[in-house]
Amino acid sequence: MPDSTAPKSSASTEAAIETTALTKTFGRQRAVDGVDLRVPRGSVFGFLGPNGSGKTSTIRMLLGLTQATSGDIRLLGAPMPGDLRRVLPRVGALVEGPAFAPFLSGRANLHRLDTADRDAPSASRRDRVDAALDRVGLGHAADKKAHAYSLGMKQRLGIAGALLMPRELLILDEPSNGLDPQGTREVRSLIGSLADDGTTVFVSSHLLSEIEQMCSHVAVMSAGRLLTQGTLDEVRRHGVQRIVVTTPDGAEAAAVLAGLGLEAATTPAGVSAELPVDDTEPERITAALVAAGVRVRGLQVTGATLEDRFVDLTGEGFDVAG
Amino acid sequence: MSQAEARVRGGRLGLEFLLSEMKTLFRRARTIAMLGALAAVPVLLAVAVRITTGGESGRGPAFLGDITQNGLFVALTSLVVAIPLFLPLTVGVVAGDTVAGEAGLGTLRYLLVAPAGRVRLLVVKYLATAVFCLASTLVIVIVGAAIGAILFPIGPVTLLSGQTVGLGAYFARLLLLALYVTVSMLGLSAIGLFISTLTSVPVGAMAATIVLSTVAQILGSLPQLEFLHPWLFTDHWLEFGDLLRAPISWESFGDNALLQAGYIVVFGFLAWGRFSTKDILS
Repeated sequence: MPDSTAPKSSASTEAAIETTALTKTFGRQRAVDGVDLRVPRGSVFGFLGPNGSGKTSTIRMLLGLTQATSGDIRLLGAPMPGDLRRVLPRVGALVEGPAFAPFLSGRANLHRLDTADRDAPSASRRDRVDAALDRVGLGHAADKKAHAYSLGMKQRLGIAGALLMPRELLILDEPSNGLDPQGTREVRSLIGSLADDGTTVFVSSHLLSEIEQMCSHVAVMSAGRLLTQGTLDEVRRHGVQRIVVTTPDGAEAAAVLAGLGLEAATTPAGVSAELPVDDTEPERITAALVAAGVRVRGLQVTGATLEDRFVDLTGEGFDVAG
Repeated sequence: MSQAEARVRGGRLGLEFLLSEMKTLFRRARTIAMLGALAAVPVLLAVAVRITTGGESGRGPAFLGDITQNGLFVALTSLVVAIPLFLPLTVGVVAGDTVAGEAGLGTLRYLLVAPAGRVRLLVVKYLATAVFCLASTLVIVIVGAAIGAILFPIGPVTLLSGQTVGLGAYFARLLLLALYVTVSMLGLSAIGLFISTLTSVPVGAMAATIVLSTVAQILGSLPQLEFLHPWLFTDHWLEFGDLLRAPISWESFGDNALLQAGYIVVFGFLAWGRFSTKDILS
């Protein structure tokens, strides 16, 4: 698990990304509103939020593409955009979808990007471009023109562009966008292997299950505000847990749960109830049910999924925030 | 200094970036098509004159008639024909595309994150445009001289000041003319670069640049606006006759270079002022 390798957040560890009261307004609209983000070094950090919640606006400011209206940014310990020239060569990024000169081959596009980076040595350029192409599985299509690439191939080429040089931090905006399940899995394992090398990976996504599978930390944005951040477990733990009892004796089970102070709802297969946090242990409930003669066929504590927590926090599904 | 060090230094100065940018520009089908269209100017001109004049010469504008006397005049005549419209058209396309084209493709954000450096990117883009200006005028001159030599007799040329020079010397003068016209296009290129920083719609920037070159030429033709003429970037566009005298008079070349340098400085600063703090949202 990446969780065990992630350093504990503490004041002494320098964060890979740290923002203070970061704000961006477009006219009257506050696209990003007082965001205090802290991404520990070595983490795989999931940046979640519905469309239009300010994820990409935040990423653009992190990379110095737009100027913050107010607030501070530190990337790899240096202020942005003040130290942009020193910081960005150590950062690889995929921002709001891949983009390439359509009339150039995939290889030529990467070559061009690499010459733009003044810290990238030309002597190793050819090898580094080939290695990046191979790493994302595009070696066979390297000499095709970019306009002939499928969406998934463009996405891979975009990730390859972020991997041209060894990076300390990768900022990947929706990296699995447009990829088939196989490609999604490959990206996940790629991110895993990069994290194992010690690279901090900051991934924005709206695919909750995706984030849940690969991230050690998460943050949730909604309507420009940062609602929560922390390790995956910390964020999930704040969610509501439910106990689900499968039994033919629904009424009796409900009565037992009521006796324990839980508000039970009967379901076709039995009863379910919200479980107060750190209060009633599941084993006590099991004992009480059995003692009352309820025929328990199954008992399950459904830890809040990230999705439950996400909906709790944002109060919405995946509707576009107005 | 070792070779590796030299390379690193080259990378930092952006020479490799410039080379890669030029490769990108000249590998593009659109650029090749535009150079092809410019090459077609002398070809069409020479073929048309050859067909229409047949045996009897001396009809049509004076310089078109000259072509039949000496094929080398095709190059000069083609330049004169291309300067008001065709050249500014192609230069406007390339200059207007510099930043707006990258923004339109979305590649601008990746170049900046690389990080290319905003000033460095502007400089590289401008220099690549300048190289295109040189390439386009050279295409006209070289193709013009070649097609002229094929279709018409060539020989020693009488200069505007009366002396006669040999083929080689005249061709050197033609190259000097190409340089003059290249310099003439540098101001327009700077204007195009600036306009290109204002938008992420490249076609808009191209059109605006081309329209400006036409407007400047129209203003330059109105005698009522004579006070304005010395300030128009088109003012010296056709004053390259001095280069066809012996000895060569460099005065108009100098005036033109100074004027174009002024445009480069002013619009270069405007482009920098606009681009260095611009929010890249494309």
